[in-house]
Amino acid sequence: MIGQIIQFTIDALSLGSLYALMALGLVIVYGILKLVNFAYGELIMVTGYTLFLLSGSPLPWIVMAGCGILMAVFFGILTELIAFRPVRAKSVTAVLITSFAFSTLLQNAALLFISPRSRQVPLPDLFTQSVELAGVIIPLRNIITIIFAVVLLILFALLLKKTVLGIALRAAASEFRMARMLGVPANLVISLAFAISGFFAGVVGILWLGRIGVVLPTIGLEPLLIAFIATVIGGMRSLQGAVLGGYLLAFIDISLNYTLPQDLLQFRDAFTFSFVILLLVLKPEGLIKGPATGQRT
Amino acid sequence: MLKIDNLGVKYGAVSGVKKIDLLVNQGELVALLGANGAGKSTTLLAVAGALKCDQGSIVFNGQDITLYPPEKTIRMGIAMVPETRDVFPDLTTHENLKLGAFIRSRDKVGIEQDLEKMYGLFPILKDRVNQSAGTLSGGEQQQLVIARALMSRPKLLLLDEPSLGLAPAIVDHIFELILHLKNQGLTILLVEQNAVKALQLADRAYVLSLGTVATAGPAKDIASNSDLASIYFGN
Repeated sequence: MIGQIIQFTIDALSLGSLYALMALGLVIVYGILKLVNFAYGELIMVTGYTLFLLSGSPLPWIVMAGCGILMAVFFGILTELIAFRPVRAKSVTAVLITSFAFSTLLQNAALLFISPRSRQVPLPDLFTQSVELAGVIIPLRNIITIIFAVVLLILFALLLKKTVLGIALRAAASEFRMARMLGVPANLVISLAFAISGFFAGVVGILWLGRIGVVLPTIGLEPLLIAFIATVIGGMRSLQGAVLGGYLLAFIDISLNYTLPQDLLQFRDAFTFSFVILLLVLKPEGLIKGPATGQRT
Repeated sequence: MLKIDNLGVKYGAVSGVKKIDLLVNQGELVALLGANGAGKSTTLLAVAGALKCDQGSIVFNGQDITLYPPEKTIRMGIAMVPETRDVFPDLTTHENLKLGAFIRSRDKVGIEQDLEKMYGLFPILKDRVNQSAGTLSGGEQQQLVIARALMSRPKLLLLDEPSLGLAPAIVDHIFELILHLKNQGLTILLVEQNAVKALQLADRAYVLSLGTVATAGPAKDIASNSDLASIYFGN
């Protein structure tokens, strides 16, 4: 019994950590621009293919992972420069379409130049080993995920709270024009948000690949959907909300995994979404409301 | 110090400002009066770089700043206190103030000194130091945004309706502060609904009507010669 509780807790917390990081990467851009970056999932794909392309090289794995994350940061900034900056001031619709287009472009580049089929990525043994705790077997990657997420969340919170740039980022998320009138450069803040978003996508990419072991052109779809739902239930204007939403969504998923009978398990997402709908009926603003300004910039 | 020539600003097809010429000299307090929709706030926002000018020019200390974005005008020494106040609601009072000094982030010692100075000048803010700015009262928020603007050590302060929606006692307090800043030598361009009070403080005044300058002159003359009601309601 105690073993089962431990297993459940670690399962829920590790999946939750992953969801929370995904959601945070999406909401950091939404907070500033009030626009969803639909090319977000492709940043995870970029990390995956970087790992795949480096798999033959003699580099140690940790360096490959670092390159994967760096590429996600790079492509994050590229998304902003290509899909957002030229049309940002013009119309919401234009930006939605350009971000979809950029997402499709990246996916098709992967289809064309690599392969439509899934490709194995290199992973260290650490990701496949497990430990025994109170009679149950816990995959080590779940523990790594939790530790990584907690450290990153703390560092990110400190960055936002203690550094001038972090304060500027939070300020720009609520009163963009005023932040500019205090001298915070608009382009810097926006690029920074995309870079952070890319960083989170990269880390999520590594941890996500650690779970599934392969990369394919459509790998970004599910993380994007999860991140989107987590931010919606958490409250789209709040970073804490995104984290909370991520953990809650994972808690629902894992609870259903444990309780649903075998033949219903394939319909798990339908049950999850029913919970999400119920939650939104009760709390349409999401769990954490955030500041009351929603002016688009 | 500030020279505006033939300024025009449009909101879509509607012109907020049609043709405004305005001059502010070093150390002066100039009041900008007029009815709602006369173009006062629009003029200030255009000077601050937050609105694009469609015609005319804005020159500050000999430099043409007409096309400057807001992050550049503040570096020139122009600080804005907008009518909408725009505190950052989920930042604390202290963080709001610190962000006011964003353009001189490297000057850590100077910022600490200025923070102390602001808490001396606005004692109420000291009591609210770690409270998020969204929870402050209107008067407290107004003092916060003025203090925040001063944190950039501006040469010119643009004040848009600092008394708007505040209780009379607080309004008096705010006007005392403006006078204090003026006596310290700060150049101020003040937009105010409370024309009587504004004219008591100001050196000179401009009265705007429908996006153009209707009258201009020393504050005393404007106060004695013109029928204030007509300023606001038109003739």
